Amino acid sequence: MNLIVSAIGQGLLWALLGLALYLTFRILDFCDMTVEGTFPLGAATAVTAISHGMNPYVATLLAVLTGMAAGLITGLLYTKGKIPSLLAGILTMTAAYSVNLRIMGKSNISLLGQQTLFSSQFLKSLPQYFDSVFVGFIAVAIITLLLVFFLDTDYGQAFIVTGDNLTMAKSLGIKTDTMIIVGLMVSNGMVGLCDALIAQNNGYADINMGIGTIVIALASIIIGEVAFGELTLTQRLMAVSLGSIIYRLILLAVLQLGFSANDLNLISSIVLALAMMVPRLDGLLNVAHPILKGVRTHD
Amino acid sequence: MTKPILELKNIQTVVNRHTANETKILRGINLTIHTGDFITVVGTNGAGKSTLFNVIAGHLPVDAGQIFHNGVDITHTSEEARTKFLARVFQDPKLGTAPRMTVAENMLLATKRGEHRPLFPRKLKSQIPRFTKLAATMNNGLENRMNTATGALSGGQRQALSFLMATIKRPDLLLLDEHTAALDPHTSRNLLKATDERIKQDHLTALMITHHLEDALKYGNRLIALKNGQIIADVSGDQKEQLTVKDLYRYFE
Repeated sequence: MNLIVSAIGQGLLWALLGLALYLTFRILDFCDMTVEGTFPLGAATAVTAISHGMNPYVATLLAVLTGMAAGLITGLLYTKGKIPSLLAGILTMTAAYSVNLRIMGKSNISLLGQQTLFSSQFLKSLPQYFDSVFVGFIAVAIITLLLVFFLDTDYGQAFIVTGDNLTMAKSLGIKTDTMIIVGLMVSNGMVGLCDALIAQNNGYADINMGIGTIVIALASIIIGEVAFGELTLTQRLMAVSLGSIIYRLILLAVLQLGFSANDLNLISSIVLALAMMVPRLDGLLNVAHPILKGVRTHD
Repeated sequence: MTKPILELKNIQTVVNRHTANETKILRGINLTIHTGDFITVVGTNGAGKSTLFNVIAGHLPVDAGQIFHNGVDITHTSEEARTKFLARVFQDPKLGTAPRMTVAENMLLATKRGEHRPLFPRKLKSQIPRFTKLAATMNNGLENRMNTATGALSGGQRQALSFLMATIKRPDLLLLDEHTAALDPHTSRNLLKATDERIKQDHLTALMITHHLEDALKYGNRLIALKNGQIIADVSGDQKEQLTVKDLYRYFE
């Protein structure tokens, strides 16, 4: 039971990463590799700040800002520098590795004995692992509501159409470069928030904690899409969070089979690859059709 | 004579500048467009018709010459800023609409062409009756698909929607780049008819590229022919009425 609660808590905290990537990967159609650098960057910023005695809320905000800065750099490289999107992200990601080492001063910092967002009396009074469920749920709920509001504004619609049809967006007078930069900044700011929370929940920041994070984020997006099918935009955002939880439960199941934590990246990739191939496998094996037929009364 | 809404003065464009492949595309275009003009544009492939449109829209920079809108020099005004007074319909149905957004969402985006887009709720629902009425004017069932993603529409419906979107907020100048060329003859004729009606009804100023010479003669009050980056004919009014397809063929020789 504890393991399942823990998986749900992790799923909710990591859902922020999925939501962040949803903005770039799905809406802007931009595969943003920056995330692998922003992830440890946010953690490094928050943990270093906290270990120097900074208030954990301010430290978390600082992590959001550094994430946005990383997004800004990738955005400028892509829009103004005309560097291909994948490479622009990889450049920022690689540069961030050195920056992270500079910020942390060493490759691993512990938060042992420090005040974090998880140190409040209320959270400590909850049963084990329920603190991450609580914080994760609040964060996911607030971010999802903000995104739903944002995407339904005139500005948000201009953002969506930039990813959907760049030529048309330009012909309607939308400053597409600005939209892409803003999108990358908001997305990476969310990544900064996500990893600041995860680092505080784990109690440490590690220079290598970014490796494989894109795959995890994409897995929550794709699993959500495969599991829930055709949805409205608001429902899609919620599906990302549910996908993130499902992904954690899958990992939990696999670990129960006897795999070790060292195998996680391999397992993550396999889970994502399988999820992405479902539509293809579906065509080959015709699995979904009989299942759906069994569920629906009329075809 | 009405005042010019757009003036092109000695416009020249060059591609592959400073290389062995340097080629002049537009070689000194002079064109004065008056309010209410509906100009059909003909010419061979490579004559510079699309380049001319791209230059007017600000998509391509000019290498020499000036462009004036209502007497104001806009030669160096950005593509985004020009959308305040200019709307386009592309040849490719895929370019004019956002495939994952619904018909109504696309129309709402177009009502704010060239405007600042604030962080306020877009209020889509209150606009749907107006959009549905507009869609019904296209006579192709578009009004029944207001909440369908445009990617699921037929090419004809997508082009009709593109045209509606270009005119939903009145442009000073409408650029139609072979907007019916990708459609079957029947659908194409219907859209051209609707285009002509809308332009007449709203007294729009428009330029329309077409390879269909009968259409070039049938529609509009003025016709220009392009060849090798220059305007070789500019015929309007009664003179245009008397033109025949045979006359037009001479422009292609």
